Amino acid sequence: MRLEPVANPSLARRMGYPALALGLTVVVASALALIAGADPLATLGLILKGAAGSKFALLETLNRATPLIFTGLAVAVAFRARLWNIGAEAQLYGGAILTVVVGTSALSALPAVPHLLLMGLAAALTGALILLGPVILKTRFGVDEVVTTLLFNFIMLLFVSYLLEGPMKDPMGMGWPKSERLPGDARLPRIVEGLRLHWGFALALIAALAVWIIQTRTTLGYEIRAVGQNIRAARFAGIPVNAVLVKTALLSGGLAALAGFSEVAGLKAHLSLDLSPGFGYTGIIVAMLALLHPLGVVVSAVFVAGVFVGADSMSRAADVPTYIADMLTAIALLFMVPAILLTRVRVRRG
Amino acid sequence: MNAAQDGARDVVLRLDRITKRFGKLVANDAVSLTLQRGEVVALLGENGAGKTTLMNILFGHYVADEGTVEAFGEPLPPGHPRAALAAGIGMVHQHFTLADNLTVTENILLGTVPLWRMRLDLTRAKARIAQLSRDFGLSVHADAKVGALTVGERQRVEILKALYRDARILILDEPTAVLTPQETEALFETLRKAVGLGLSIVFISHKLHEVMAISDRCLVLRHGKLVGEADTHQTDRHALASMMVGAEIVPPDVSPARPGLAILKLSGVTTPDHGAAPGLKSVTMDLRAGQITGLAGVSGNGQAALSDLISGVIVPQEGTLCLGGEERKAWTPRRAVHSGIARIPEDRHHTGTIADFDLTENTILETYMDPPISRWGWMNWGAAEKRARDVIEAYDVRCPGPSARIRLLSGGNMQKLILGRVLEQDPEVILANQPVRGLDIGAITYVHNRLLAARDAGAAILLISEDLDEIIQLSDVIHVISEGRLSPEFSRGSRTPAELGLWMAGQGFGEAIDAA
Repeated sequence: MRLEPVANPSLARRMGYPALALGLTVVVASALALIAGADPLATLGLILKGAAGSKFALLETLNRATPLIFTGLAVAVAFRARLWNIGAEAQLYGGAILTVVVGTSALSALPAVPHLLLMGLAAALTGALILLGPVILKTRFGVDEVVTTLLFNFIMLLFVSYLLEGPMKDPMGMGWPKSERLPGDARLPRIVEGLRLHWGFALALIAALAVWIIQTRTTLGYEIRAVGQNIRAARFAGIPVNAVLVKTALLSGGLAALAGFSEVAGLKAHLSLDLSPGFGYTGIIVAMLALLHPLGVVVSAVFVAGVFVGADSMSRAADVPTYIADMLTAIALLFMVPAILLTRVRVRRG
Repeated sequence: MNAAQDGARDVVLRLDRITKRFGKLVANDAVSLTLQRGEVVALLGENGAGKTTLMNILFGHYVADEGTVEAFGEPLPPGHPRAALAAGIGMVHQHFTLADNLTVTENILLGTVPLWRMRLDLTRAKARIAQLSRDFGLSVHADAKVGALTVGERQRVEILKALYRDARILILDEPTAVLTPQETEALFETLRKAVGLGLSIVFISHKLHEVMAISDRCLVLRHGKLVGEADTHQTDRHALASMMVGAEIVPPDVSPARPGLAILKLSGVTTPDHGAAPGLKSVTMDLRAGQITGLAGVSGNGQAALSDLISGVIVPQEGTLCLGGEERKAWTPRRAVHSGIARIPEDRHHTGTIADFDLTENTILETYMDPPISRWGWMNWGAAEKRARDVIEAYDVRCPGPSARIRLLSGGNMQKLILGRVLEQDPEVILANQPVRGLDIGAITYVHNRLLAARDAGAAILLISEDLDEIIQLSDVIHVISEGRLSPEFSRGSRTPAELGLWMAGQGFGEAIDAA
């Protein structure tokens, strides 16, 4: 069996295989619902309704998509340069810590807008610095960043746990491990008064647009793609490969940290250990489903968020565990990756 | 020998009307071939003519769309390399398939011993290898690690590997590409012995003088079709070359050079070894304006280090690199480009271009930081595309357009784009590392003529090639490199190929004698 590249894939080919992957995902999901003892069509209908069936549901989905857009962008930016940042979770928490620190500090005397800007900036810088360590170890000593960034997630969680039991513990928190709440001025306001969607979502859309412009319009974007596609040719051509990797890391880490900023300042208002149910890891799925395209990240983040939100509400109505959401996104990814490969190659025997 | 009478009985291999298509490309179009006992058949053709495809079908790597393969009168099942091996067909690939960290004996035994056999009978194996070595004149040290062997020795191991499996038909794919003239002669000696012992050989090559020297019969492939067949004794190089290309070949017209000042000077440059590839050992050389300096040598003798040094990829460990009379200490690829060095890398697929980038993106790979391609970090894709269109037009790059991915281009067109990318910058120095390897004759002539034109316009050119004929044809002065050491400069015509071959094999270097 051989894979043979298709020179100019037709539209039917480019749309057909992803559609087939989606169809197969639905088929497998139905089978899972059956196993759980529910009516598959009703289950899928409930998921859809829970994700987008009402204004409330839709806004909930967009809220849930917000951190996923940030972590998805962080992963997409890094993976484009073949910098395997598996540590978006750690960067997210780093950003969240600084959001609370700056948000509850003496700086809260500032007007709301500059104060929020400072919080976001501090968060992004922290995330950037967190990824700087692994990337320097990689460029200097050839240490595999998959290992370092992954392990950093655990260090970070333990560190947050320490902070919440110690220096950052809320004295009024009745003993719960969570931080002080942000004052009202240090919170991201809602985009439209009365609707539960905060400015973090708008910020995520702006970030996606900015990343897209960076990738297509700037020398840095060109360098990142060159380094990712062929590091040897990039180095030979005179592209400063290590500097490009460092810049990519700063961008990626900063984006992941903004997920923490947006969740704390927009939604939770305090730091706790359940701030992220694995947004950093889910960001990898989001980025892969989007083929690392920054605008695609928005679409796939909304899709993945919809599946989770929909499954939550479905499990309340039907008696199917919410774990079906994890399985659904995983199955979608497993079908989508080969489907996307098949849009560009055909399989031949001999 | 009475071939007409014995022919039918002595046919050991018969390929009958083999057709193989890759998409729209017809790689082999109803090609038939017969091989007789004790015969050397040369398979000639340019790159992409379908030689390797045909041999891969014969060996079971590919399945033919039409046609059959018969060995010793029995049909071979398609798609089974093991069946081909069992039928007594042995293939020596152009790129060796040996494990560096195993010994010669272990490499030869690899694949012949069942997995569940608990212990190897090395004594018997070694005795058999020694016997084969004697019979065929293939001297190798059976206990040496393959990683420590020279290219010529590795090839002998490859041949022994085939013979050890009782191959009666040997297929050699471009076997002389990596050998010195002396090693080539030794290989031919082995092949003659093999033929004398009743083996049959298919010899794939595009070097005509070797084909004339070793083969009994020549088959010429062009665009997948068999376009000619001749008894070697009844034809000549010129006729074969015309058959290969389908047109008369005009060698480049090399006028005498008018050398100017030395632009790039290396003095006593030493660079570290890189794995098995030797670094440079106190190399001193001048590249003069308006002159082609040829670097001859067997591959893996320090050419890569010299090329990397001039490209800016590495810096001297000792010694100095001077450009335009000025010593360069902080030396990077970008500085090399900005100092007027045109760099044509050895591996155009992996170093020279980025396969999934389009032609525009590949054209600006070295100059994307300079206006008008970019300003203040913002790309001007319009200007980039115009640059690409200019190169495509001026250098006759055949392509669907500047937004086509470069992996779709043939090697020749890829090389033309690289040539245009670097020559458009009016370079003072041109580093041409294997500039025509793998190209067809039309593209070779084009590249050579462009290099000669650049020479006449005053560029100092370093031509690195493993093809001694190419070096001799184009170079105004020649250095030979061996294990990182550089020979003195020889002017055009002052050394015969055989004399250069001795230098390539490491003879004549004073230091070597002192060290020994």
